[in-house]
Formats: sequence, structure tokens, C-alpha cells
Amino acid sequence: MKVFNIILIMCLAWSMTAQPAPASPQKGKIAILGAIAHLGNGKVIGNSLITFENGKLLAVEDATGIRIDRNSFTKVIEANGKHAYPGFIAANTALGLNEVSAVRATRDDNEIGYLNPHIRSIVAYNTDSKVIPTLRSNGMLMAQIVPGGGRIDGQSSVVQLDAWNWEDAAYKMDDGIYLSYPSMVSWSWRTRTISKNKNYGKQLQEVEDYFTEAHAYTKNKKLSSENLKFEAMRGLFDGSKKLYVKTNAAKSIMEAVLLFKKFNIIPVIVGGGESWMVGDFLRKHNVPVMLSKVHDLPDHEDSDIDQPFKTPRMLQEAGVLWCFQMNEVAQSRNLPFQAGHAVGFGLDKEDAVSGLTLNTAKILGVDKSVGSLEVGKDATLFISSGDALDMRTNHVETAFIQGREVSLNTKQKVLYEKFKTKYEIQK
Amino acid sequence: MRQVKLLSLMLVLTLLGQNLLAQVTFQRNGVYDEREGFYAFTNATIFKSYNEKLENATMIIKDGQVQMIGQKVLIPAGAVVVDLKGKFIYPSFIDLYSSYGLPEAKRVDRNFRRTQQFNSNKEGAYGWNQALKPEFRAHENFTTDEKTARGYRGAGFGTVMTHQEDGISRGTATLVVLGEDTEHQMILKEKTAHMLSFKKGTSPQSYPGSLMGGIALLRQTYIDANWYKHGGKNEELNISLEAWNEINSLPVVFDIREKLEGLRANKLGREFGKTYILKGNGDEYQRLNELKATGCSMILPVKFPDAFDVEDPYDAMLVSLAQLKHWELAPTNLSRIDKAGIEFTLTTAGLDKKSDFLRNVKRAIKHGLSEEAALKAMTHTPAKMMGMSNQIGSLKSGTLANFIITSENVFNEKSKIHHNWVKGKVFVLKKLNETDLEGNYSLKVGDQTFKLMVDANNRMKVEENDSTTIAVNSKVSNDLITLTFSPTKKESNLFRLSGTIGEEEWSGNGTLIDGSWTPWSAKYEGTPEKKGKDKKIEKKTGQGKGKKSKVLSKNKLGDIIYPFMAHGYKERPKENNYLIKNATVWTNEKDGILENTDVLVRNGKVAEIGKNINKDIGIRIDGTGMHLTCGVIDEHSHIAISRGVNECTEVSTAEVSIADVVDSEDIDIYRQLAGGVTTSQLLHGSCNPIGGQSAIIKLRWGFSPEEMKFEGAPGFIKFALGENVKKSRSSTNNRFPDTRMGVEQVYRDYFTRAKEYKIANQQKEAGFRRDLDLETVVEILDGERYISCHSYVQSEINMLMHVADEMDFKVNTFTHILEGYKVADKMAKHGAGGSTFSDWWAYKYEVVDAIPYNAALMHEQGVTTAINSDDAEMARRLNQEAAKAVMYGGVSEEDAWKFVTLNPAKLLHIDHKVGSIKEGKDADLVLWNDNPLSVYARAEMTFVDGLKLFDRKLDLEIRKEIASERNRLIQKMLTNKKSGGKTRPVRGKKSRHYHCDDSEDEMID
Repeated sequence: MKVFNIILIMCLAWSMTAQPAPASPQKGKIAILGAIAHLGNGKVIGNSLITFENGKLLAVEDATGIRIDRNSFTKVIEANGKHAYPGFIAANTALGLNEVSAVRATRDDNEIGYLNPHIRSIVAYNTDSKVIPTLRSNGMLMAQIVPGGGRIDGQSSVVQLDAWNWEDAAYKMDDGIYLSYPSMVSWSWRTRTISKNKNYGKQLQEVEDYFTEAHAYTKNKKLSSENLKFEAMRGLFDGSKKLYVKTNAAKSIMEAVLLFKKFNIIPVIVGGGESWMVGDFLRKHNVPVMLSKVHDLPDHEDSDIDQPFKTPRMLQEAGVLWCFQMNEVAQSRNLPFQAGHAVGFGLDKEDAVSGLTLNTAKILGVDKSVGSLEVGKDATLFISSGDALDMRTNHVETAFIQGREVSLNTKQKVLYEKFKTKYEIQK
Repeated sequence: MRQVKLLSLMLVLTLLGQNLLAQVTFQRNGVYDEREGFYAFTNATIFKSYNEKLENATMIIKDGQVQMIGQKVLIPAGAVVVDLKGKFIYPSFIDLYSSYGLPEAKRVDRNFRRTQQFNSNKEGAYGWNQALKPEFRAHENFTTDEKTARGYRGAGFGTVMTHQEDGISRGTATLVVLGEDTEHQMILKEKTAHMLSFKKGTSPQSYPGSLMGGIALLRQTYIDANWYKHGGKNEELNISLEAWNEINSLPVVFDIREKLEGLRANKLGREFGKTYILKGNGDEYQRLNELKATGCSMILPVKFPDAFDVEDPYDAMLVSLAQLKHWELAPTNLSRIDKAGIEFTLTTAGLDKKSDFLRNVKRAIKHGLSEEAALKAMTHTPAKMMGMSNQIGSLKSGTLANFIITSENVFNEKSKIHHNWVKGKVFVLKKLNETDLEGNYSLKVGDQTFKLMVDANNRMKVEENDSTTIAVNSKVSNDLITLTFSPTKKESNLFRLSGTIGEEEWSGNGTLIDGSWTPWSAKYEGTPEKKGKDKKIEKKTGQGKGKKSKVLSKNKLGDIIYPFMAHGYKERPKENNYLIKNATVWTNEKDGILENTDVLVRNGKVAEIGKNINKDIGIRIDGTGMHLTCGVIDEHSHIAISRGVNECTEVSTAEVSIADVVDSEDIDIYRQLAGGVTTSQLLHGSCNPIGGQSAIIKLRWGFSPEEMKFEGAPGFIKFALGENVKKSRSSTNNRFPDTRMGVEQVYRDYFTRAKEYKIANQQKEAGFRRDLDLETVVEILDGERYISCHSYVQSEINMLMHVADEMDFKVNTFTHILEGYKVADKMAKHGAGGSTFSDWWAYKYEVVDAIPYNAALMHEQGVTTAINSDDAEMARRLNQEAAKAVMYGGVSEEDAWKFVTLNPAKLLHIDHKVGSIKEGKDADLVLWNDNPLSVYARAEMTFVDGLKLFDRKLDLEIRKEIASERNRLIQKMLTNKKSGGKTRPVRGKKSRHYHCDDSEDEMID
């Protein structure tokens, strides 16, 4: 017993010293057998066979009647009755930029300045953030790292969540630029009133002027001097970068879409609290929505009490491309349960999975290689012994990022074990 | 005869006190020129009082007083006779809420570094709190102000009660008449009322920074004043307390921001045997019964909100149903208050223009207020409230000659005030015999003829052709008239005409555009057809009165709902008995989870649990496939709190209580019922080591604040440790303690002092002063009040348990307690429970070691463990938060469910009533469509004490009602705008959602 304890404590001491190390590249072929596979594209295979090699999916098929040669696999995971999902994607998060929000020294998410298209999140992304493993352990295997703070916040990047540093984390670097659309209203807590934003017209004009100038700049073949900010804007006009527009109000959404249409840009609406009111408009203009938190309060005391719960269903019914996101760091691990909550309010369960996977990948422009369990795509997936959208049964057992089996250990599990041990010793 | 006169003069002098004498004492530069002001007003309709009207009567005034009124009064020789045939006389109006003639309090620059000011900056032997100025005397600071007085007189007022509108105690008000003589003569009664409010005004002192702090401050001040009277003065001289005692027997006027503050003020007053006169804000009809029950009287504004500009449907969403409804119902406030039998008077306070006063009173009359009640409220009642009925508010022998003369019944649409007499001196507003100029005239200027049109307000214009009119500038002074206008629209030079007004014709000389002189005349042409048309237009575009009254009779007004906001109900849900059949029942008792079980609810209690109960009692609800649980209990909530969750200003604010500021009008109550919550502890924030007292409420949506309180629940107090207490986020903190080391000493200090205080109290030491702060701490020592302590890291948790053990008290609950898992064994030994978040972490430094296995580990160590929300949103899904304990740490479903039901009930010591489904316990029940721990589960029905306060199916109906009522009101606003009514830009109301660390000053305005 004593020896056992000493070993335990030594193990703990080791595991406390560092974050779990990133996994080595996949060796050989791996098969997952018998899982209920939620493909991410709306389909489910009740008894599936999933195989992958060199980090790419070889097969995703119905296992019924198929016999596999176990020897041809370096590893076969028996997953009967368990659930397999494509890795969930946490879009719009300051993960790795903002470690402890109340401690300024640990924050790298808000840069000084008002129009910051040149600011890039990827270079500050800290792969050793203690928060990252806690996301992985709930099935969040990829993320879009987003700066904040200005009118134009800066550039986001898509990362996979198991890396030594930001270079190997980067999955799609500088995928887009985030813009906080001017708000039509302003709230005064002192009077507890919301009234029209008096500076709205001016603020909007600033945005339009900036885009107009930037656009003209990119057409200028004989630049006398280089403007870093405008250079960063180039991608928006040549289609290599997405424009993410943070806004909630129905009127602002419509206005923003028409404004950026002038520059041939189809924006991604981020937030979209009132997007359900303009579903037809969004579908007509092919505008996707990265929806604000499901776990949110309705905007007004008159609003339907379940509005944020049912908004995903309403967008789905309107035929809009949308995904879940919550613009949180540590809380991002609860994104799957927000999806589950929306299911409780009428969203189809597989559509909810799409809202965490393929829809997100499409919106971020990475759906060619991730977002669903389809042959040829990355083997970025995980297995839960239960329903990954329901905390009542969810338990993530195994996760792969590009075929690499990643550690699901977290600082929190280590502390759990440490103090469990303390109490066991006391017994 | 001369002797009698002398006597009566003496009487006047006595009545008026020193003020008249003061004038007598002054030096005179010239000969004696006092006039008697001897007048006889004949043939008038005289309202001697609001309910006594004399037709064709005569009133004699002399020396500023009424001498006689009657129908058979002989006109004495020497009196000036004024024939008022067809005219009306009323006692002039009285406004009890005014700042007339008082200097505005100077605002001291607030501390921009946001450091705290602990004591008063006022120099001298005054009280400790700068927001209390009981020593302020309005009459000592009063100066007459002609301009303001003129405004009041124009609206029919003769007397106002004025005070300096600044601070929580504003000192005394003084009653003054609105003449223009010296202050000595204008002040009628120097100290009439003690003025209070819940607004700190210009005081830069930190305390109180919350409404509950303001209430506590007043409570302690009443106690201190009493202490001062009974020996405290031997310890210190305190001008403020002395002043407080001096004015303590005066009527108290309490300025409230909203209806619930009225309830709060009078609840406080009752503790000290006071019933306040509330100066309201016009929303009193929304909690009329509760206000009526306080027995208070009121000073009410006649300001009614303008319609919103709701043409854009998206913009209109900002405006709540409550705001829309208030727009429609505010004009009914006075009539409803009158019908409820509450004594009230009216004030011009809050009006943009004094001239809106009578117009709005007339509007209230259209909305059901009787003319008699209105007149009573403007004359009789205010005089009575201030004990001045013998001098003002009516006209009889001996009262002041304070009255108005009107052209007709003062409440008639076109009634005009001719004279306003103040203490026997006349102020002419519109001459009695002023010629009515209204009509059409044929205006001849040289050889040109114009059609001149004059409306009832003497606004003039000439017609250039059928479609164009040109405005005429006119000036009428007695019988002289001046007109200037351009003969055509294009012409920039003007005709300038001057002349006299005759009976049928005006005439005189003037200059043409080239400056040459010419005679002119205007001949009256009566009331041709054209004029009728004009009048119609005017009715439409003008104040729209005629039209509005028609609309009013056609359209029914909306209902009052409780609370007055969307999702409120017209009538309380009926008390019914229910039989819930065939559900999966989570009993939280020995029986565990029972399948296919029936539960009978009778008289608000769980009456029976069993299989196949087939009694014919109550309403049957089919629970097949559903789960029935007791209601969720949130140990840590900050919803339903008015104006401030923290009294952040001192290290101990044990004297403040959330129970004083429960807000029944918070939509979160309804939203959380929809999440299955039935009981919440509303905790003070975490700003100070010893925070305020909490309120435990049931989520009785629609009920009043007092009715929401959990009957018989024990007292709780919030303690807090760590970063919030240290003010870690402030870079300029100047408040002790700044470290966890200092926090310990705060407790040792307070509990040591509390022990000494207890002994002093028991021994009734001389000069003993009740201290509500320490008294509350003594309650903890006596085991009469439980602690819920905000805490994070193990060192501080350990520390407080040590202090508690040494000082002989218990920590009932550690709340948040994110490192509870590190010291769970110690907590179990101390007997402390843990109420935690399921999985929050990493948002501040003291939570970097927080783990989602915390609940499981504490539970395993025998700590009574709960999961709470601390958040209005999360509380809507505490069932899911409990389920996370299944995921993190493998707690059994039955135990996890207790984390949000039975265990918080135990921590709150209310588990004998709630927290499980057991015969005899309160029928606080939730019917779920799925296993309540599943993310997919929805609460379909929620019962509190057997009342079904949430029903998801009914909620769908409520949505339709909200939509249709909104639409009706929006259409009505649009119609109002179309017909020329005033509108204002949309401005929505949005309340705050409090968290532990919200600490902005809520008492400034």
C-alpha cells in the first residue's frame, strides 16, 4: 500500500510539472469498430467501421456484415454502442490568448487601436495554455483563435488543439478579419435604458470609408509606401480571407450584408442574436451565421423566454448555414452542451452535431479537410462512451487529431487524482 | 369698530407669526402707505372649498384675508367692487413638492481616482454621513424668485412647500406663498415637513452606495437620534442628530423613484411609528393594493409619458410592453388612486412647463378622475397634510385671500385664469374684461384689403390667396394694437401698423413697405363658415382633446398586469388541487426514484404519493413518460434585487439587507420558473468580508416583494474572502484589508467587538448605542443567523474555520468554494456545507485550481454539497449543472439531483418544507419531459405552493397575448402621432443582471 502511494505521488509529481505532451504522428492503421458514427454532415451510421492511416480517413462505412482483418491494423478500438464524432470546432475564441481574464498580464487578446486589420492572433497563441486540454477532453479538437478590442479587431487563425507551438498548431493561418459592426443602440446602466446610438452614422461611415480606401489601395500598382494595415486588408478583396462581422441586430445584419456587397464581400455574421428575424434575407444572400451563445438570456423582457434556445432551429429551418460558437475561453468546453440544449428546443440532433463540426468548417473554409467523418478528410475525431451533447452520459474516452491519439489528461484531472489520493491515504 | 379691527389685526399677526412683524420692524423711507386691500367680488360662482359651491355670491377680502363669503352679503362701504358675473373663484392651488426659491446644492467633484471617502467632509459638529442633512432649514435659505413664482401663479398656484432637493435627509421644507413681497411676508410656516429620499444627491461620501445601504442608514439614524435624546448627547455634540430630533414630529415627505420604493419607505417608516407622505412618480397604480395597505398618503405628479416613435418595427422592439402600457394607463393613475381611497395631492414637479399642469389634470379627469377629487387634491388635501387648513386650501372667513378667478369652470377645456390673488394682492394673468379678438376681419391698409384671421389665442394671419397665408406679428396691450406682416410671401419688407381696438373696428396709422404712412382699419366680420373649418383643423392638430376623448370612449384600455411587464398576469393563478398521474417521481427521500407514481397536491402541499391514487380530487395531469421532481433551489442568486447587490463601502455592512430591496418586477423570476427553480437565496455581493443579509424567496411571480419571501426561513448573511474583498481589480484600493492576512483580522476584530457589544447590551450600560452592524454579528454568535461565505482558495477557507472555531461560531455554507475539494475533510469536520459552481474556472487568479470534480470530491467527504448559479442565465438550467457532477466524478444521478434541490434546502435550513417530494411538504414541483439531468429535459410545468406558476403550453398563449397587446398599443401610438400627438424617440428599459462583484454606486441619482 505504501509503495503504491509513493508511486502514485511520484506520478502526480511528474504530471504536475508540465502539460500533456502533444502526440506523435500516427503510425500504422487504426480502426474503430462498432461505434455509432455521427458523420457531421447530418448522417449517422449505427454500427460503423472507421479506419484511418497517415492521419487521413480511409473508410467510414456501415460495419454490418463486414469482416475486418485485425492484423492489418496497428490498433483496433472496440466501440460498440459508443459514439464517434468529428472533432468539434470552437470558433471565435480567445483560447491561448487569454488565460486568466482578470489578470492583465495573462491577456493577449485586445490590442490597442481602433482599426487593427494587421494584428494577427496566431503569433500570440499559447499552445501551453492550461485551458486547451480541458477543451480536448470534451471533444473540442479545433478552434478559431480570435483577437478583440477594436472596430476592426484583427486576424483570426484556425488551429488544431494538440501542438508544440503555434507553427504546428496553425491549420489555416490568418483565415479572416474580425470586425465589430457599430451598434445601433447604446445602453446606459445608470438610467437602465437602451436608446439609439447617436454616433451610429459616423461610426458606420468610418467603416465604409476605411474599406473604400483600403480597396482603392489594393488597386494601386504604384504605391509610394506600404501601409501594413491596408496590406492586411488585401485578402478580403481577393477572397483569400473571410470577413467576420460581429453584430446582433436584425437591421444591422441586413445593412452590413448590403454594405460589404459593394466590395464583393459576403461576410460571416458573428453573433446574430436576431438573425432568426431575417432568415430569408440571409439565405438569399448566402450569408452564414456563427451564432451567439445558446445559453443566453433573451434580449428583451418581452422576448420569448426560450428565444436563444430555439434560434438554431429557426435558422436551420430557414435554410441558413450556421454554426455554434460562444466567444468564451474556459467555458468553450461547454459548447457541445449548448448544442444539446438547442436539441431540447426542437433542433435535430444530427443538425446540432453539424453545427459543431461541418457547418463550422464550411464557414471557416476548412471543410475540404475537416469537419466530417468522410473518406480523405483528416482523422480528427473522438469517441464518447455516451452522448457527447448530453452531460448526463458524455464521457470522452479517445480522441485523434490528424490521426494522432491525443492526451485527454488535464490539469484538472491531475488535481482530482491528487486529492482523491490524499483522502484515500487518510482512510 | 376700530377695536375689533385692531383685534383682528392682532389675530393676523399671531397667526402669521414673526414674519409680518419683521416687516413692521423695518425702517420706513417715506410716509405710512399701508392699504387695506378692501375688495368686494360680486356675482361670482365661488368654490369655498372643493365640495362647497356658491352661485351668484359675494366675497369680501381685507388685509390679505377673506372676511366674508355668501349669497346675501352686503357690500361694505369703502370696498372696491369687482363684478365677476359669469366668472368663478377658487382657492388657489397648493404644491407641496417644490424647490422654489432655494439654492441648488453644489455638486462636489467626485473622486476620480475612485478611492473611497469613509466619513463626511462637512466641517463642523455634524453627523457622520454627508447625505443626511436634517439640519438644513429651507426657510433660512429661502429667497423669493419672481420668475419661478410667475410660472406657478400662471398655473393657478398660490402656495408651495419648498425644500432643497438634495440628499437622503434634506432637512425641513417651508411653506411659502407666491407673492413678490419680502421673504418675511411670503413664508407662511417655517418648518412644515421633514424631507427624505433614497437619493444621495451631491454627497461625495461612499456610503451608502446601494439602496439597501440607504435604507439601513435611515434605520440606524432613527436609532441614533433616539440614543442621542436619551443620553448620547453626553458623549458627543451632534448637530445633525439634534436637528433630527427637533424635526422628528413633523410630517415626513418621502421622495420615491418608483412604486416599490414607496413600499420600502413605508415599511421602514412603520418600524419607527411613521407613515410617510410619498412623493410618487406616477406608476403607483401598478401596485395599488400594496400601497393602499401602507396607509400612506401621496404627492403625485401629473406628468404622463409621451408616445414613442414606433414607426420602424425593429426600433419598436426596444420598447417594452410595460412601457407601452404605461403610456396608455399613466393618465388613469390619479383616478385609480382616488377610487382606492388613498389621500393624495398633486404637484407640478417633473413637468417641463408649469402650464402643462392644468392641461394634464384635465387629461386625468377625462381618464376618470372626478372634478371634485381633482380640486380637493389641489386645495384641501395639501393644506390638511401640512396642518394649514385654517389659512389655505379653502375660502372662508379668516383664511388668506389666496384665490384665483377663472373665466369659467376651471376644468373646462377653454377656461382661462384671469387673476391670481396672493394674500390679497392681485396678479393679473388675463384682464377680466379683455376683448375677445377671435374672428375674421376685413383689413384695409391704404388701398389694399386683406382677410385677417385671429384665433382664440390671438394668433393672427392674413390670407394672400386661397392656399397661402402669411403670419402676422401682433402685440396687444390694453386697447392698443400693433401688427407687422409682409403683404406677400415673397416680400421681405413689412407693413407696420399701430392703432386702437374698438368694439367693431380696429383703426390707426402705419407704414407701407416703402416707409410711407397710411391709415388702416380692420372690420370685424363675425364668424363666417371659414372659421368653423379652421376650428376643426385646430382640434385635429392642436391638443387633439376633443378627438382623444372620443377615442377614449371607443377603445377600451388595457388591463393592469402583475408584475407590470410582459408575462405578467391579470389575475393570480387559482389555487387548485392537482393529481399528477403516472410520472417518474424523484422523491429525494428514502424511496428514491419511483416509476409510474401518482402525486396528489392539496392545499398547496404534497398530500399523497403512491401508485394508482384514484381520488376524485383536483385537476388531473397526465405525467406518463414525464419526470416529477421538487423545485430547484438556488443557494446563490442575485436576481430580483433593486439598485445594488453590494454595499461595497465598508468592510462590514452587516446592517444592510437584501430583504429590504427585493424586486418583484424582474422577468428573471418567470424565466427561472421555466427552468424549474422555485426557491432562491438572494445574496449580497462579495465586496466585503462581512457583507449584507440575504433574502430567501420563493419565485412567486406576480406577487409583491413581501409575499415572495420564504415564510419562516432563517436569517442569512454573506461573508466573502479573497480577491473581491481585497479589491484586487482596483489599482487604487485604499480600503483595509488589501491582503488575505488583513481579512483574518477583520473577522477577529468584528467578532471581538460583537462579544463586547453583547455584554454591554445585556448590562444595559449607560449611553449604550444600538449598532445594527454589530447586532447582526451578535446574531451569528447566538446561532440565530447563518453564514454563506464566498470563498475560493484553501488557505482562506481554512483560516475562516479556524477563526470560527476560536470565536465560537459556525460557517454554515462556503459558497463558490472552488478549492473546497482540497479541504473537504476539514469542512466536513467543521460542519460547513459547500455550494459550488459545476465547472467555472480560469477567469481570475484565485480560480486557476478550480476543478469540475469539486462537487464530487466534497460530496464524497461528507460535505453537504450544492451547485448554484450566481447568474440569471445559468439558473435557468441548474438541472444541467447538476448533471455535470455525473460526468465529472461519477456522482449517482439521484445524488447529483440533490445538489440542486435537497442539499441547498438543507444548507438554507428549509428542508423541512422544501427540497423533496414528501407528504406534508410544500408542493413546489416541476414536471419535466425527460430525465431532469438530461440536457434535453424541459420543465413543462412548475408549481409553487401548489400554484401552477409556469406552464409551457400556457406560455405559448401568453406570447400571443403579448404580441397582440403590443400591436394594439403600437397602432394606438401611430394613430396618436398621425393626429399630431407628441412622440419621443424609442428608449427601452433594460435592468441589470447582478453578479457578486458589481459595485457601482447606485444612490447618486
